[in-house]
Amino acid sequence: MDGKNKLSIISMSGDFDKAIAVFTLASGAAAVNYEVNIFFTFWGLNIIKKNRGRSFIGKGFLARFFNFILGGRKHLPLSRLNFGGVSPVLMTGMMKRVNVATLEELFEASKALGVKFYACEMAMHVLGLKKDDFIPEVKDVLGVASFLELSKGGQTLFI
Amino acid sequence: MTFVKTKLHLEQLEEGDVLEILLNSGEPLENVPRTCKEQGFQVLDTVHVKDTIHRVVVKK
Repeated sequence: MDGKNKLSIISMSGDFDKAIAVFTLASGAAAVNYEVNIFFTFWGLNIIKKNRGRSFIGKGFLARFFNFILGGRKHLPLSRLNFGGVSPVLMTGMMKRVNVATLEELFEASKALGVKFYACEMAMHVLGLKKDDFIPEVKDVLGVASFLELSKGGQTLFI
Repeated sequence: MTFVKTKLHLEQLEEGDVLEILLNSGEPLENVPRTCKEQGFQVLDTVHVKDTIHRVVVKK
């Protein structure tokens, strides 16, 4: 599509606060008709797991161990001052109190506005995950080359 | 985020339908009407309701 703005985001950190940045940018851009792609890699894969809690998914003992400890969207840690996992809960409360959108709301808005979700093949391979372990909105499993191709001509952010 | 919610609601409406938005002064008040116009929607009215709350009426 000629002339359409494009924003591609590499979501690697998997932190609660960084995930909020990812979906704020994604939904904000999509709302003004940008084409938006998000490439979830490594820790970022936790954000798009089908199961929001903890489960023993993955192939092999270590993979299942790591995937269990990491969990899904319900267990994203704050990048600093996580305080054993209580900070994301506190932060969500703070956001609700001043009527700022929460992570779930931003995530749902991004999906509703047609943001495209992709999962990183390399990270999935290491953690022994399959496409079926992720939410159905994940359009495709990609490698670097494919991602670079589809982000061509737009802006790319690493979060 | 205010515009994101506005856009989501507008997408559910038919052309010619009207949406009433209650928002705060400051960034939302400056951003939402302008972005609505940029995106091709018609801003019919902007009214200060009370305190920091404003009502913006937008037509698809």
